[in-house]
Amino acid sequence: MSRIALRLTMFVYLGLVLIVPVAMVLVRTFSPGLGAFWSSVTTPAAIHAFWLTLLVAAITVPIVAVLGVVAALVIVRTRLPGRRLLEVVIDLPFAISPVVVGLALVLVYGRDGWLGPALASVGIHMIFSVPGIVLATVFVCLPFVAREVVPVLREIGDDQELAAATLGASRWTTFIRITLPSIRWGLAYGIVLSTARAIGEFGAVSVVSGKVSGKTETLTLLVEKRYQNFDSAGAYAASALLAIIAVTTLLTMTYVQRKASRQ
Amino acid sequence: MIRVDSLSKRFGDFVALGDVSLHVPAGSLTALLGPSGSGKSTLLRTIAGLETPDGGTVHLDGTDVTNVAPQDRGVGFVFQHYAAFKHMNVRDNVAFGLTIRKRPKDEIRDTVDRLLDVVGLTGFQTRYPSQLSGGQRQRMALARALAIEPKVLLLDEPFGALDRNVRTELRTWLRRLHDEVHVTTVLVTHDQEEAMDLADQIVLLNHGSIEQEGSPTELYDTPASDFVMGFLGPVVELDGGLVRPHDVAIALTADHDTTEAQVVRVVHLGFEVRIELELAGGSPLTVQLTRAQAARLELEAGQIVFVRVPEVATFAAGGI
Repeated sequence: MSRIALRLTMFVYLGLVLIVPVAMVLVRTFSPGLGAFWSSVTTPAAIHAFWLTLLVAAITVPIVAVLGVVAALVIVRTRLPGRRLLEVVIDLPFAISPVVVGLALVLVYGRDGWLGPALASVGIHMIFSVPGIVLATVFVCLPFVAREVVPVLREIGDDQELAAATLGASRWTTFIRITLPSIRWGLAYGIVLSTARAIGEFGAVSVVSGKVSGKTETLTLLVEKRYQNFDSAGAYAASALLAIIAVTTLLTMTYVQRKASRQ
Repeated sequence: MIRVDSLSKRFGDFVALGDVSLHVPAGSLTALLGPSGSGKSTLLRTIAGLETPDGGTVHLDGTDVTNVAPQDRGVGFVFQHYAAFKHMNVRDNVAFGLTIRKRPKDEIRDTVDRLLDVVGLTGFQTRYPSQLSGGQRQRMALARALAIEPKVLLLDEPFGALDRNVRTELRTWLRRLHDEVHVTTVLVTHDQEEAMDLADQIVLLNHGSIEQEGSPTELYDTPASDFVMGFLGPVVELDGGLVRPHDVAIALTADHDTTEAQVVRVVHLGFEVRIELELAGGSPLTVQLTRAQAARLELEAGQIVFVRVPEVATFAAGGI
């Protein structure tokens, strides 16, 4: 009896905060008809926002994957001083609001920032341009891969790596042939989570991008702009696009988890 | 041949090895025996290059390898928990050392098949470690270590994670394998029976230093300290000295060198009979008899007997 009550509570909760709102977005999106949806997501600004969002994710995710694996290896496999500090610092993006991250980046890389003028003099503009958006997204996505890989590394221990070493494998060979295959599902899961976050990031990107339509406007920023401009149908359409990407990511994640649990 | 000179290693305040020197003759099977924390595993890992010593040197076949990376030492190492490469099948596991040396494919396949035959895993080539029993995994790990034709084979509690029957079986098997392959082998164990059964030479460690080294019979019959005597087999205290329970004789009549005792309990344990006695002063004493001896004496609880210890069998308690 209590088990049924528990399930009911969970479904009501999930329904009210997740399923109903998301379903409403989809209903609202498609109620004016497919044609309206199509023309709304194929405006030049929408197409640009779509590709920019994918571009940012495509640059960000490999960077955070490499940084995440390196950080996890330093934390678990080395005795370097400062590795405990690194383990705390790597979680910082979870704790800090993305808006604050954005403002901090402006302070460093902005026109009057600490590094901004020096970079501008050699032609690199971070703020109000794509590099800034990538930087902000990297910062926000940093913990996901490391968080997934650290426990896997701890669990498998270093026996296999030491065995490979005694058999003559160099560090790089050991990493490619032993460590990487052992952490592959944790890494894949971290990459999927990073991708979802990179696509959905709003706060930090909103501050550093400048929101220039057709230039530095990502999908989330487009949703906000359309909503602010009372173009709710347009906002819903762009949201639906984001939701479709999110659902795809979720399905991939479930697939990866199934694969991993079968190992 | 392995030579270790004045090796020392600390982990913080803990002295894992304090000035240990050791010589392992070529082709021998040596056991590093000792309680946990005695430094035996640290010594083995230092020989393999998996630990860096604070001081001292390691020579393999006359070459100083103290500062040589484990990759370049040419040692085969077998871990207690197998360290099987979980994502590779048996064939790829055993072939690993040869694959990364980029040996020809035919040669690798032949070597792997030959080694799997030696360790009794023919037909298991395409299985994954998760499909093998513990004993099979450890034999695979041994084949993997032997594939690179190591100068020395180092085994770190290789049977420690296996249950008793498999352990005894693999022990006999390893001894036979060693007699065939003749690679200089060092085995770490905390099990004195395993060390006595397998090794030509036993090195007994305690608190990071060597208590005694020698053949199993030397250590058993002429222990250098009460620690050695106590570690290699059961001991009981009698007349202020340590003695093996099977060296105590029981007589029904008193003599000038006997001590009076009362039988508390007679326990039949199959091939041996354990007699629990109480000495005149009230201290307990356990004696081990064969079935024949026990049958002749017809002992029963409450009976008064007289115990005697042969001179050579004792060791002064507390003295080194």
